[in-house]
Amino acid sequence: MLKKLRRVGPPLLLLAPSLILVGVFVYGLIVANFTTSLTDNHTAAQATEQEPSAMVWFTNYFDLLASEDFQHSLMNLVLYTVVFLAGTMVMGFLWAWMLDKPVKGEGIFRSVYLFPMAVSFIASGVVWRWLLNSNQDEQASGLNRLFQIVGLDALQNNWWNNVTFGIIAIAIPAIWQLSGYVMALFLAGFRGIPHELREAARMDGASEWKLYRHVLFPQLSPVALSALIIIGHMSLKAFDLIMSISKPANYQTKVPAVDMFVFKSSFDYANAAAVGSILLIIVALVIVPYLIRTNREEKR
Amino acid sequence: MRVNRRMTATVATAAVLGLTLAACGGGDTGGDNGAEGGGEQVEVFTWWAAGSEKAGLDALVGEFEKQHPDIEFVNGAVAGGAGSAAKDLLQTRLQAQDPPDTFQAHAGMELQDYIDAAQIEDVSDLYDEFGLTDAFPADLVDRLSSDDGAIYSIPSNIHRANVVWANPTVLEENDIDPEAEYADLDAWIADLDKLDKAGVTPLSVGTTWTQVHLLETVLLADLGPEGYTGLWDGSTDWEGPEVTAALEDFETLMGYTNDDRDGLDWPEATQLVIDGSAAFNVMGDWAVAAFEEQDKELGTDFTAAPVAGTDGTFDFLADSFTLPVGAPDPEGAKAWLETVGSLEGQVAFNKAKGSIPARTDADPADFSEYQQTAIDSFANDTIVSSLAHGAATPVATLNAISDATSKFTTGASDLAGFQGELAAAAQG
Repeated sequence: MLKKLRRVGPPLLLLAPSLILVGVFVYGLIVANFTTSLTDNHTAAQATEQEPSAMVWFTNYFDLLASEDFQHSLMNLVLYTVVFLAGTMVMGFLWAWMLDKPVKGEGIFRSVYLFPMAVSFIASGVVWRWLLNSNQDEQASGLNRLFQIVGLDALQNNWWNNVTFGIIAIAIPAIWQLSGYVMALFLAGFRGIPHELREAARMDGASEWKLYRHVLFPQLSPVALSALIIIGHMSLKAFDLIMSISKPANYQTKVPAVDMFVFKSSFDYANAAAVGSILLIIVALVIVPYLIRTNREEKR
Repeated sequence: MRVNRRMTATVATAAVLGLTLAACGGGDTGGDNGAEGGGEQVEVFTWWAAGSEKAGLDALVGEFEKQHPDIEFVNGAVAGGAGSAAKDLLQTRLQAQDPPDTFQAHAGMELQDYIDAAQIEDVSDLYDEFGLTDAFPADLVDRLSSDDGAIYSIPSNIHRANVVWANPTVLEENDIDPEAEYADLDAWIADLDKLDKAGVTPLSVGTTWTQVHLLETVLLADLGPEGYTGLWDGSTDWEGPEVTAALEDFETLMGYTNDDRDGLDWPEATQLVIDGSAAFNVMGDWAVAAFEEQDKELGTDFTAAPVAGTDGTFDFLADSFTLPVGAPDPEGAKAWLETVGSLEGQVAFNKAKGSIPARTDADPADFSEYQQTAIDSFANDTIVSSLAHGAATPVATLNAISDATSKFTTGASDLAGFQGELAAAAQG
C-alpha cells in the first residue's frame, strides 16, 4: 500500500496543480455553463440573483433549435464550414503538390503561402471588408471595382451581404489565410513518403495516376484527416473574422458564436450558455471520434 | 533514487501549496481600493477615449479638479467598438461586485437592467441636494425617473437623434432647394426619388444600429411624438395600420440607400455626404463634429434640419453618470456627480464635446452655431426618447429590434414578418 503510494504519489502531486486548474477552469466551467443553460436566467436581475431563476431543463435548447433565426445561424455555420474546408484542402493540396516537385525558390514560395497565417483574423478582416465592398457599378470599390477594370462586370456581386450565401464570401479570406497551413501539412506528408516507394511503384509499371491513387494518397490520409479536424474545428468556432468583416447585428452573417455574444450582451445568460453548449457538442462530434481513433492507433 | 523521489515529492508539495496560497490571496485585492486614509479618489468609467469625446472628458475633469481639488481623478476610460468594449467589461466588473466609483451610461431605459440587478443606487436625494430638479427641463426629469419616481443617474449632456444632414451642393446640382423644409416624409421621398433617378445616392446609412436610428425617426415622423412614445409604454399598437404605414415608408427609404451600408459605421456613412457622394444622412447631432473637423461650414457646406415630419420634436439621448452599489469611494463619486450636474461642468464638457447641456440655465452664446439651434429646440420642443440609443427601451429589447431590422433590410423577412417581430420584441 505504502509502496504503491510512494510510486504513484509524487507524479500525482506534480500533476495535481494542472489537474486542479484544468478541472476547475475547463471542466468545472463547462458544467457551470451547462447548468446555466438549463435555467430561465434571461434577465440582468436573475443573473445577479435579485430575482429567482427556475430550472426549465431543455426548454432553451428546444426554443433555440425551433427558432428560424437560430436555424439560419446553423445553416450559415454549415455553409461556411463546407466552403472553408473544401477551399483550404484543395488549395493546400495543390500548392503542396506543386512545391513537392523540385522547384527553384521553394523556400520563398513556401513562406509566401504560409505567411497569411501570421496575420490576425481581425487585421485581415479589416482589409477584406474593404475588398468585399458590396457597392456595384458606379460606386463600386474593392474586388467589384477590380472586376470592372478587367472587364468582368458580370462577376460583380454583393459579397457577404447576400442573405443566403453571404457567409461564403467570408470563407474566402479564411481560405486565403489557412491554405498555406494545410499546404505545410501536406508538404510534410509528401516528404515523409520514402522515395523508394515511388521508385518501386514506377519499376512495377504504375502510371502516374496509379502511383498517386495507390501509393501516395493512402500515405497522405492521416495528414489529410488531421488537416480536416484542425480546420474544421477552427471553422466551427468562427467568430473574430466574421466580427471584423461584418457586425454582430448583421443578420446575413450570423453564426452561433455571434448569437452567443449578442445574447450575453442582452444579459440573457441562459440562452448564451445554451448556444455555447450546442457549439461544444458540435465541435465534440468532430473531435471525439478523431481522438478515439488516434488513441487506438497509438495503442496498436 | 530514493533521494530523487523525495525531492520530487517536496517540489510537488511546494508547488501545490504555492498555488493554493495564490488562489486564496486572489480574492481580496479588489476590496481595499481607495480606503486608505484621506487620499480620496474617484474612478470614472467611460468609453470617452478619443476625439471630441475625450476633449469633453478632459474639460470636465479640469472643472472637477477646480471644484474638488482634494479628490484624485482616476480615468477608467475603455476604448473600442463605440462603447461596446467598455460595456462588456463593465458587465463583468459589476457581476464580480468590483464596480468603478461611477460609470457612464445612456440615460433612460438602458439603465433598467442595472436597476433590476440592484447594481446602481437611487440618486434622487442628490437631485435635491445639488438643486438639479429645477435646473433640468421637467420633460427630461420625467423621462429619467422610473415608475416609482426614483432617478438613477445624472445626465451630463444631451444629443438630438432626429437630425438630417445634407450636402447643399449635391442638392443644387439636382435642382433641389437645400433650404426646403419637408412637412412630411412623402415630400422628402419625392425629392429622394429625383436624386435616385439622377444617379446620386439619395440617402446614406450604415450598419444595423444606424438603420434602427433611421427607423426610429421614421416612426416618429409618421406616428407623431405621442404615438411614438406610446410604442414604448404599450398605448400604441405595434400591429396597427399606422405602424404598417410607417414601416412601408422605412422600406421605401431603405430602397434609396447605399448598398454597402452593412459594412459602414456612422462616420463612414456621414462621410459620403461630406464628400458629396450621397445627398442626405440621418444621424444624431454628434455628426456635426465630423463636418467641423473637416472645416465645413454649417449653411454653406452642409445643412442640418429635423428629419422630415419631426419638426417641433426633440428625439433625445443623454449620457449620464451613476452611483454603483458598493462603489469603493461613494464620497468621491458624489463629488464627481456634483461636478457633472453643475452649470460650469456642463458648459465646459459640452463646449468641447459638441453636445448641449441638460441644464436650461446655460448661456447659448457660449456655444457654436449648431449647438445654439439645438439648445433652442431642446427648450421649446416636445421631448421624446431615442430607441437606438438606449433611452426608450432596455438593452434586450433594443437588441431584438436590431435583429429584426437587420433581417428585414437584408431581405430575409417581409414587411408583415418584420412588424410581427417588432411587436414581439417590444413585448419583451
